[in-house]
Amino acid sequence: MKRATLGKLPGILALAVAGGARRAAASGWDRINMPRGVTNVSTRIYALHMMAFWVCVGIAVVVFGVMIWSLVFHRKSRGAVADVTMTHSTKVEIVWTIIPVVILVSMAIPAARLLVRINNNTNPQLSIRVTGFQWGWYYHYVGTHVSFVSKLSASSNAASRLDSGISPTSVPHYLLSVDHKLVVPVGEKIRLLITSVDVIHSWWVPDLGVKKAAIPGFINQASFTIAPNKPGVYRGQCAELCGRGHAFMPIVVRAVSPAQFNAWLEQHSAQQTEAAAGPPATGPSRT
Amino acid sequence: MVESQLTAAHAEHDHKPRGWRRWVFATNHKDIGTMYLILSGIMFFIGGSAAMIIRAQLFKSGMELVDPTVFNSLTTMHGLIMIFGAIMPAWVGLANWMIPMQIGAPDMALPRLNNLSFWILPFAFTLMLASFFVPGGAIAGGWTMYPPLMQQFGDAFPMMIFAIHLMGISSILGAINIIVTIMNLRAPGMSLLRMPLFVWTWLITAYLLIAVMPVLAGAMTMQLTDHFFGTSFFNAAGGGDPVLFLHVFWFFGHPEVYILILPAFGIISEIIPSFARKPLFGYEAMVYATASIAFLSFIVWGHHMFTVGMPVAAQLFFMFSTMLIAVPTGVKVFNWVATMWRGSMSFEPPMLFAIAFVFLFTVGGLSGLMLSLVPADYQYHGTYFVVAHFHYVLVPGAVFAIFAGIYYWLPKWSGRMYDMRLAKWHFWLSVIFVNVLFFPMHFLGLAGMPRRIADYAPQFTDWNMVASIGGFVFGASQLLLPYIVWKCVRSGKPVEVNSPWDGARGLEWELPTPAPYHSWEFPPTEAVLAHADKH
Repeated sequence: MKRATLGKLPGILALAVAGGARRAAASGWDRINMPRGVTNVSTRIYALHMMAFWVCVGIAVVVFGVMIWSLVFHRKSRGAVADVTMTHSTKVEIVWTIIPVVILVSMAIPAARLLVRINNNTNPQLSIRVTGFQWGWYYHYVGTHVSFVSKLSASSNAASRLDSGISPTSVPHYLLSVDHKLVVPVGEKIRLLITSVDVIHSWWVPDLGVKKAAIPGFINQASFTIAPNKPGVYRGQCAELCGRGHAFMPIVVRAVSPAQFNAWLEQHSAQQTEAAAGPPATGPSRT
Repeated sequence: MVESQLTAAHAEHDHKPRGWRRWVFATNHKDIGTMYLILSGIMFFIGGSAAMIIRAQLFKSGMELVDPTVFNSLTTMHGLIMIFGAIMPAWVGLANWMIPMQIGAPDMALPRLNNLSFWILPFAFTLMLASFFVPGGAIAGGWTMYPPLMQQFGDAFPMMIFAIHLMGISSILGAINIIVTIMNLRAPGMSLLRMPLFVWTWLITAYLLIAVMPVLAGAMTMQLTDHFFGTSFFNAAGGGDPVLFLHVFWFFGHPEVYILILPAFGIISEIIPSFARKPLFGYEAMVYATASIAFLSFIVWGHHMFTVGMPVAAQLFFMFSTMLIAVPTGVKVFNWVATMWRGSMSFEPPMLFAIAFVFLFTVGGLSGLMLSLVPADYQYHGTYFVVAHFHYVLVPGAVFAIFAGIYYWLPKWSGRMYDMRLAKWHFWLSVIFVNVLFFPMHFLGLAGMPRRIADYAPQFTDWNMVASIGGFVFGASQLLLPYIVWKCVRSGKPVEVNSPWDGARGLEWELPTPAPYHSWEFPPTEAVLAHADKH
């Protein structure tokens, strides 16, 4: 099952080697825009985002165009004389109230449709309990004995100490690598049941299009299906300020084929004979 | 002739207490306004210093400058200081100076209350800033102060809550004073729909303040009792609900952001007509748009928390109501553009800042529209995209409008003209580097950088460096403002005419320059009002 990851590795490594500083031409776009992602959810969000972006660009071009025209041609230094009779126009004002309404409705309809679709958490093929804590994640595959804690990798942890002297670029996936990745199958609907044992966290992986708050006392749901042709490693971070270690609790998801996933699950069930022991005792693990 | 009579009358009454008594026992709206503005300036530079340390830490990947807890304290305090310490007092200061002069009133209606509402603030801010030095340091849970994280802080926790209570009392008293002044002290003939827009927007802002400051105080008091008296409002283990705090906080928080921006709309609506030498287009539409925005601000709070797991119906409601705000806001922008259209524009510093406001506030408004789309917000929420959005509406938005107001009215206050060249330098440095500072944050957020992180993965380094450089230059160029003001007050060229701006209209420009210590002791006559209205 390592092979699936390895397939992606050269690309990812190239990115890491290209380094924080130097943007390779090929990777320029994803440094400034939302990733298209690999799930049914993320690709649709991306499409909505781009639609909204171009609508905004259109509005900006029209409004700023008129303004710039005015700034250039209606200036006193050019001898422009103010038209002081121009105080209001009911007709114009109705027009520029109705046009935005039309634009808004045309954006709201696809957004509402997508929202309803995303929030359909029924009939998952796999449920995973995700529990945030200060500072890491605890995963439990519902209906199995497989559970584990996922925390910042040792190499990132060492480099992230104040004045560690270790260059972040020398650490693979600095702050975006964990000791134990969350492994999921591609092509299956996965439902996350998200909660927290201490403060509010937020589980976010941009490529999956999932961000959901982990709140003590609540169990939130989020669902996604990774495209069957998109196995790989997807990285994210906690997206809700949760204290000292907020920047240091990444999320790494490894998506593999269902067969590889089943093999992985069996192997881990055998290892973890004892039932899910529950999340670890909380308390600052970062000093 | 009217003017000379007024001047003579004023000269007699132009007495003021000398020395420290003038300030500590101040009841004059101009003195209190000045104190508010100075306090706001001090807090602006303290909050700005925090931002400089934040940008230095984020200059590149790797923990090199400050500890993560200190970093979190800095982001938290930067937000609180800028909102409650810099922008809000600046608006109250401008309101104090300008509202009585603009409506033909001799002073604020409740001068002693005015004194109280100002003098609470230095104590509130002392308490707030002192919390940096208590064991455990300042609170580090973000300006939104979400529990249960907020419950984890030490002595700074109650200090911050009491500071917020004090600021809330000050704001409420100030708001009452402004409402009473506008409702009761308008000159005869100054009907509501004849008031300058700065007065209108402040009237609406004052109602927002009275409506929501108690809500914040309530939420913070519930946190206080959770911490010290064993209640469980927000404690899940005791049957409480952390999400309740989010709802209550943002019920305050969203109107709060309009408290920060509505007076800006007012100032811009006065400056653009002055320098386009043309009446404001759609005055009444502007008033109604402001009122609509204020009303909508009470029913959109859920858009700050789309990812907390609200029911789909609630998310839809908050998405639609949020998108609706674009309509009255659009009306405002279109009216400003229409005011410039076929005008005779000149580009003095107040106008430059006002034009930059319209451009850059619109950029922030458009990213706001993108954020209102819930599915897209699932990706934007909690990232630098949000940071870019609200800084665009608050810095080149609210802060630029404050600068515009200062450059517009400073000659009237001081009787002297400031150094135009330096003020233009201040403008160009600000407008260029505010974009270098905040525009890359859109990219960072979209590319996946969460906000409020003390350190980040190396792929975010490029744009963070750009933002930090923009931040340092923007921050440094702000030092020009106090220098320009100081130089103007000390040695600016005296302004001999009532109005240094040939296109400016409004009652304040009917007064002599500098504005006498006691202005409009006799209400302006209809002739003066008519002259003030005339364009």
